[in-house]
Amino acid sequence: MTAISFKSVTLGHGRRRTLEKASFEVAPGDFIGLLGANGAGKTTLLRSLLGLLPPIEGAIEVMGSRPSRGNRRIGYVPQIHRAFSELHLIGRDLLVGSVAGLRFGWPFSIGADQRDVGRVLDLVEGTSLAQRPISSLSGGERQRLLIAQALLGRPSMLLLDEPLVSLDPNHQMGVVELVRRVQKEFGMTVVFSSHELTPLLGSIDGVLYLGHRSVALGAVDDVITAECLSRLYNAPIEVVRAGGRIFVVAAGEVRPGGHAHAPV
Amino acid sequence: MRMLQYDFMQNAFAATFIVACVAGTIGYFMVLRGQTFAGHAMSHVGFAGATGAVLLGVSPLLGLTLFTMTAGLGIGLLGERAQGRDVAIGIVLSLSLGLGLLFLNFYTAFAGQATTLLFGNILGVGRSTLWLMLAIGLVALLALGAIARPLIFCSLQPELAEAKGVSPRAIGTVFMLLVSLAVAESVQVVGILLVFTLMVAPAATAMHLSSRVTTAVALSVLLALAEAWLGLVLAYYTNWPTSFWITFIGAACYLMAWGLSRQLRTAR
Repeated sequence: MTAISFKSVTLGHGRRRTLEKASFEVAPGDFIGLLGANGAGKTTLLRSLLGLLPPIEGAIEVMGSRPSRGNRRIGYVPQIHRAFSELHLIGRDLLVGSVAGLRFGWPFSIGADQRDVGRVLDLVEGTSLAQRPISSLSGGERQRLLIAQALLGRPSMLLLDEPLVSLDPNHQMGVVELVRRVQKEFGMTVVFSSHELTPLLGSIDGVLYLGHRSVALGAVDDVITAECLSRLYNAPIEVVRAGGRIFVVAAGEVRPGGHAHAPV
Repeated sequence: MRMLQYDFMQNAFAATFIVACVAGTIGYFMVLRGQTFAGHAMSHVGFAGATGAVLLGVSPLLGLTLFTMTAGLGIGLLGERAQGRDVAIGIVLSLSLGLGLLFLNFYTAFAGQATTLLFGNILGVGRSTLWLMLAIGLVALLALGAIARPLIFCSLQPELAEAKGVSPRAIGTVFMLLVSLAVAESVQVVGILLVFTLMVAPAATAMHLSSRVTTAVALSVLLALAEAWLGLVLAYYTNWPTSFWITFIGAACYLMAWGLSRQLRTAR
């Protein structure tokens, strides 16, 4: 059984298409980096896996069945928005709230919720930071908390939406290493979206590259190549490797690691 | 306590107790969700309902509640599409106030009605209004109790809640209806223009003082109650309007809590 299977899938909102007739398969237990420029449709793809966006065409399967909302086997880390960073609330309450919030009633949590929250906080070594208000945490600490949250209920797949945005390189490495560690420990399939490849190098088993409404899936060395990316973008693109980093040279301009509108 | 011998003072203390419980609790979630402006908007729409009811000879509280609930339902169903529509919302607000003014113009018998609605007249609450307020308050609090857990989840992390199978839109709409009930209740004490003082000030103060949900809700209710009752007592002795005292105490408490939490943060 594949972890994720796309058969000739078209995705989009309204008239806009972010993916057209794309087919690929992700094997269980793989750590996949989902790459692409801003607006390439990374979030849309993750939402389709969560059952929040039905495909316009084609068939999607997640762990053998069609995506459905509320799938307990998927842990999800959505993109952080600004209001969240200003929250006067301790992290532990946030996590307890996300388990207890699945049931109706006044917010008194039950023992089982508390135990599961304790377990995931231990896993990410976040027990003490979860006692502090979220507004006082650093970006890296907030991500650690959200990764812990995604592990609640022991999912077999993790989807992370741009967890590295606005983190400095040190914290970026910390987040990638943490995800890699828990992924190995539980044998989870991970789809980790990012518009930068560099922090993921060395940790991922493969890249799923989104661009120009099509995808390429494979090992970094097979996908991040001049031929593959040129085909994807339908424009001449060169790839330069230096000092353990990969530079993508598009239209005669060098962009290290790939920011904003750069392909990698 | 000689003031408690008067019927109108007994009614006033009971009414402010009900309102403090409802506004303090629902206000906390309103502040948590960043929807304080929605409460403000609803109370303005309520003005047209209340004055219309006076014109028809029905209880203004009924007309007010009906209109705030309609506004609440509208805001809830529009959801995120209502955000950033300041101009459209502003025009609806002015239209409601304008309509209210027109209705009052036809109802010439009682000129004091405008001030009562705009700034509240807690000392004028009668027994029948009190019972109606108790009923509305109980409905609001029971319903909030039923949805509190998913409401907190949806307020803090709407995308995650949606992925987990909770509907932020449905929960948000139910919550907006509860806000409309709380607004209608608060108007009885502090009037249409000052609902912020009971629904937002205590909740925002509590949020500065505690970063735990249950503690903050309890604090918010206690603060609302303390502000309202202290306001009543001060009004009794000074003969100044109750609403003035409540806004004054509310602002003072918020300022102190803000300063305190700032000090704590710099001391850390």
